[in-house]
Amino acid sequence: MPLIKIRDLHFYRGNRAIFEGVNIDIERGKVTAIMGPSGTGKTTLLKLIGGQLRPDKGTIEVDGQNVHKLSRSDLYELRKRMGMLFQSGALLTDLTVYDNVAFPLREHTNLPESMIRDLVLMKLQAVGLRNARNLQPAELSGGMARRVALARAVALEPMMIMYDEPFTGQDPISMGTLVNLIHRMNDAMGLTSIVVSHDVAETAEIADYIYLLSGGKIIEHGSPVQLRRSGSQWVQQFMQGLPDGPVPFHYAGPDFDEDLLKPEEYA
Amino acid sequence: MINLIRSLGRWGLGTFERLGRGHLFLLHILAGIPGLFLRFSLVIQQVYSVGVLSLLIILISGLFVGMVLGLQGYNTLVDFGAEESLGVLVSLSLVRELGPVVSALLFAGRAGSALTAEIGLMKSTEQLSGMEMMAVDPIRRVIAPRFMAGLISMPLLAAIFSAVGIIGAFLVGHGLLGVDDGAFWSQMQAKTDFYDDIMNGVIKSVVFGFVVTWIALFEGHDAIPTSEGVGRATTRTVVHSAFAILGLDFVLTALMFGDE
Repeated sequence: MPLIKIRDLHFYRGNRAIFEGVNIDIERGKVTAIMGPSGTGKTTLLKLIGGQLRPDKGTIEVDGQNVHKLSRSDLYELRKRMGMLFQSGALLTDLTVYDNVAFPLREHTNLPESMIRDLVLMKLQAVGLRNARNLQPAELSGGMARRVALARAVALEPMMIMYDEPFTGQDPISMGTLVNLIHRMNDAMGLTSIVVSHDVAETAEIADYIYLLSGGKIIEHGSPVQLRRSGSQWVQQFMQGLPDGPVPFHYAGPDFDEDLLKPEEYA
Repeated sequence: MINLIRSLGRWGLGTFERLGRGHLFLLHILAGIPGLFLRFSLVIQQVYSVGVLSLLIILISGLFVGMVLGLQGYNTLVDFGAEESLGVLVSLSLVRELGPVVSALLFAGRAGSALTAEIGLMKSTEQLSGMEMMAVDPIRRVIAPRFMAGLISMPLLAAIFSAVGIIGAFLVGHGLLGVDDGAFWSQMQAKTDFYDDIMNGVIKSVVFGFVVTWIALFEGHDAIPTSEGVGRATTRTVVHSAFAILGLDFVLTALMFGDE
């Protein structure tokens, strides 16, 4: 049974449809990527899975529980077993790196401070930032902030972790570090990972399965190899990053020649 | 004409919706308050940033308001040969009215705006969302301690404001204008009632503290998570707080002293 089962998901913002009949299965122990152009609602999907937003129609089941039918306290119990890595890291700016990673442990357990220290140091060691523990979030680079957030997300040993655009705006070295960490964490801790991204090369490197989203629907899904061989022009354009194709380079509107013959528009 | 009615309707609906959300938000905060007694250190940290850091502006403003009150009061009273009553005039004006009102206005400008900006920025940097995803309720963990801190700090700040104001008036009245110090203090003691004057002033400052902190926290939590949105929310905090303080001051004064 998949860990996450999304069926016939519909979600609207005002009159604009973000999802129209999306079905997704996320298998346990695997890295599943959700990819698609900017503005297709990838982050929204994570918020729906985490129960921060409600779908207009359809169901989302996590570990057999319908997320949007749970009571508030049951939802919070479920969230303790879900980690989420926000694009910005979402570190608490008034706490040090150490206190940020200790935060979920202090909030949800009654462990003695000495044990919390050991756990925090272990998590920070895993992301290579044990010696940065006394820094403030403002002193970290973007990549470091995401690694700290990752250490914090796994502090409570969750069953799954959701990554929101983990590679955006990273230099090649921290990109490589993050790719490696996501892969390693998934295998070493027996996690299930969901990576939302539009960085094709990095994501395809670690993903076991990919869903391609566009215009509120799943356009294609399969392993990275299957997607590269897909016959769909749209999939080829996205996977290879071609500037023109089914998604046109030019914003829709009248023809250029036609426009040039209308000098009175701004006169 | 139709457009006017339509936009009026939209404005009305929007206002009532916000009012409703504000009250639900308040209920959520109040539900989180009992839990704070188990972790009172969270409140104490906030009393420092909300209350202690507002002390300087309260002390300086209190002193000057008191000094001006001393000067103005003396000039009026001396015409009637009643300058010995300066102490009563100053203490009643400060304790009943100026202490709670002016310190609440200063509190809204200093601490209220800071609270809105802080919460608004926490929202725009996804810190509140992040907490929710860590199964920590941000209203209980972040908002409720700040609310409690505002409620504790405001009456204390108002009391300090009044006390410093009275000292300021004494310095001017006795030191500069030569009002007899015995008369100044003894008349003040005789004519200032603990329940009618001091406690009513304290009640006012508790109400103002409640309302200002509520407005500040709600505006921050409800802000559009962009720099422009947070900026607007901060402005709204100061403006709405000022209206609320002055409006409620009239209502409370009418209830407390209206039948005398």
